[in-house]
Amino acid sequence: MSDVKEFDTRPAGSPSAESPLAWSFHRRGTPPREAGAGVTLREKAFLGHMVLRGGAIVLDEAVREVLGITLPARPNTLALDDSGERSIQWLSPDEWLVIVPGGEEFALEGRLREVLGQAHYSIVNVSGGQTVLTLRGEKARETLMKSTPYDVHPQAFPVGKGVTTVFAKATVILRRPTEDTWELVLRRSFADYCYRWLLDAAAEYGVTVER
Amino acid sequence: MFHIYCPYCEEHREEEEFHPKGQAHIQRPADPEACSDEAWGDYLFFRDNPRGVHHELWVHAVGCRKFFNITRHTVSYEILETYKMGEAPTVTAKSVSEKDKQAGVQAATGGWQTVGARPESEALNDASNQGARV
Ligand SMILES: [Zn+2]
Repeated sequence: MSDVKEFDTRPAGSPSAESPLAWSFHRRGTPPREAGAGVTLREKAFLGHMVLRGGAIVLDEAVREVLGITLPARPNTLALDDSGERSIQWLSPDEWLVIVPGGEEFALEGRLREVLGQAHYSIVNVSGGQTVLTLRGEKARETLMKSTPYDVHPQAFPVGKGVTTVFAKATVILRRPTEDTWELVLRRSFADYCYRWLLDAAAEYGVTVER
Repeated sequence: MFHIYCPYCEEHREEEEFHPKGQAHIQRPADPEACSDEAWGDYLFFRDNPRGVHHELWVHAVGCRKFFNITRHTVSYEILETYKMGEAPTVTAKSVSEKDKQAGVQAATGGWQTVGARPESEALNDASNQGARV
């Protein structure tokens, strides 16, 4: 067992929490529902985000045991569990992003620390710093093509891929967990800007925001 | 815009994702307390400025955020090679000039603009000495 001090970033009781996009929704509202909108946006707020750093072999053993997911060792890859609710994404040769349903992250961190023991690694809970926005619809890819220099053609960006890249001059993590869904992992400070960029970019196709 | 191959992401990425960080392979004097002011000054402030092949440190700032090396031609801007930290370049000024010689390319002597220009002292201009204070 490691001697690192842990603390649960979710306070006891139920104080109201706001997602990084709360201000955007509050100020701009959401565009009126359109029939046959080309792009549908939805925020997956309050998920548990953790950054895992360390050697691939040590971490692989631990996440397989605790999460039941094999650590994606290849660059720019994304692995999901069967439910699709838990994922691990390669960020750099010694860094992975773990996203789990909100509320699971603290217990998960504890279990990982138990399994990892005195190994050389780090786990940082970054849940408060970022949020996930999903893009779906016929014109989702078209909207991405306007926003990022990264090649989002299905041949270059198959399901199970994820990259950190430039998005409308901001930085986002762009990933494709399923055939028809794109996920953007947005930094809190970029969230409002990226959201408004997306509304503007997708306006010509018709855009709906699910709440 | 052009693409740069990141040896860690193992794919070409948009130039926008990278930042140059100056000359590569600069070694910090092993014992700073014992080294001369001149050696320390060289380490801190003096960099090569070759006309031709140059090894540079770059960072994949919007991506994996790893530092790596690029061998770049300062005249054509051609990227000859990218390689990970701690690795040695396979393309060097020497290997490129050998290749030019074999191909019969007439090249100006290192640092000189015109083919056939005669430096006062060849030693001041040889590849290993480029960028030194002359
Ligand atoms: Zn990279």
